[in-house]
Amino acid sequence: MLFKNHSSDIVLTSRIRLARNIDGVPFPQKLNQEEANKVIKDVADSILNSNSAIAHEFRLIKLKELKPLERLSMVEKHLVSMDIVNEYQRGAVLLNREENVSIMINEEDHIRLQVIYPGFKVKDAYDYANKLDDLIEEKVQYAYDGKLGYLTSCPTNVGTGIRASVMLHLPALTLTKNINNVFNTVVQVGMTMRGIYGEGSNAMGNIYQISNQVTLGLTEEEIINNLIAVTKKIIDQEIKTREMLFEKQSAEIEDDIYRSLGILKYSRMLSTQECLNLMSKVRLGIEMGIIKDIDVKNLNDLLINVQPATLQLIEGRELDTKERDIIRAKVVRETLR
Amino acid sequence: MLCQNCQQREANVHITKIINGVKQELHLCEECARENNEFNINIMNPFSFASPMSFQNILEGFFEMMGSSYQIPEPITCPVCHQSFDDFKRTGKMGCANCYRTFNSEIMPIIKRVHGNIQHTGKVPKRTGGILKIKRDIERLKEELRIAVMNEEYEKAAKLRDQIKELESKLDK
Repeated sequence: MLFKNHSSDIVLTSRIRLARNIDGVPFPQKLNQEEANKVIKDVADSILNSNSAIAHEFRLIKLKELKPLERLSMVEKHLVSMDIVNEYQRGAVLLNREENVSIMINEEDHIRLQVIYPGFKVKDAYDYANKLDDLIEEKVQYAYDGKLGYLTSCPTNVGTGIRASVMLHLPALTLTKNINNVFNTVVQVGMTMRGIYGEGSNAMGNIYQISNQVTLGLTEEEIINNLIAVTKKIIDQEIKTREMLFEKQSAEIEDDIYRSLGILKYSRMLSTQECLNLMSKVRLGIEMGIIKDIDVKNLNDLLINVQPATLQLIEGRELDTKERDIIRAKVVRETLR
Repeated sequence: MLCQNCQQREANVHITKIINGVKQELHLCEECARENNEFNINIMNPFSFASPMSFQNILEGFFEMMGSSYQIPEPITCPVCHQSFDDFKRTGKMGCANCYRTFNSEIMPIIKRVHGNIQHTGKVPKRTGGILKIKRDIERLKEELRIAVMNEEYEKAAKLRDQIKELESKLDK
């Protein structure tokens, strides 16, 4: 059998997000500019002026000081949310050098701390997030209630304020339409699933995010363990489906994978949708050990670099749709060369 | 069965929605179902991933279910941030931490529905949590003191009183 199938191939990234608010200060949407700036200062101080070694890894970025394209590119990199970009006048973000940890200030909550690790490492991501949370709390008094836990702007986040998620590549389950069953099952155990790219059922690139829905009444550990257990089941299903497909149609699948690679390597224009779908096939090829000379890291970089805003930043100017398709093809060609 | 909404046409669209173990059933005629914002996308495409089931949409559903018993007689506003409960209904967002106290009786059933639970069991912040723990200890000791006095155990009562004083001095710091 061709498969090497490490679960970390199917899990692109693991992410932890903690929502926190400062005691005695109304939530961000109620703040004027001056009060919002005070929140930014206090949170930034708690990291940048701490005694911890972590302090040197972070820098403060005020969103209003960025160009619109730079803000959107940060959304495409999953470093900030669209919500905070829409309210960029009051928003800021503490970003680490590696750009895998971001602390959004004045999004929906005063603090949205997020840690993204590559691969299937939800626990590691939480451990780091937890450490940062403790560090901030040394200087900032959190809004906390003995019964309801951490108080958040939206009641859907109260309690632990945690959102633990994994990003999964599920081409076989999507192709066989079994993804619908996965979707239903995930919802039944208090989690949600959505396509990362595209709208509605048209999930581009076969990449999905699964995250916990319930934040109150369970410990962080329980929430994370539930997510890990569900994710493992889904990975098993995906692998089994891949094996089944490959058994029946190995020639067709191999052909499809190599054709996709051919198009990515030689085309002169690529739309986002076509690009993401072809990249999914090449990723499948790498994960199944069919394609051996392409590093999956290149695909991960491309996943961000082919997005509209980031693409325009790379090119250094604004591009219309047609120009974007041309530049996208060029970026892909150069990366896969 | 008649449509729950218009009470006129026969209900031929039956929807069961389960959110975090809370089951919600809806029986509608085709026309009302199409108009029902909360469900229409899911009828057309039951597996739509980015369905517009925002928290506000679900909230509306809750309030509809709770019916007229859920009307607040007088509009209350939060003394800290001046947000009203209507603001919350509209936006799905609290104005400040104190809103949870102001609108406690309104918000608790919603939290229970969303999370299936109303008692936090996770992380306790070190500093804030420390104060909470002391407060809880004081409450417990005061109760013990009351019982001790009632039972005329004055020696024990004196000890408890000293312990309470000590804890209270920690709170004042």
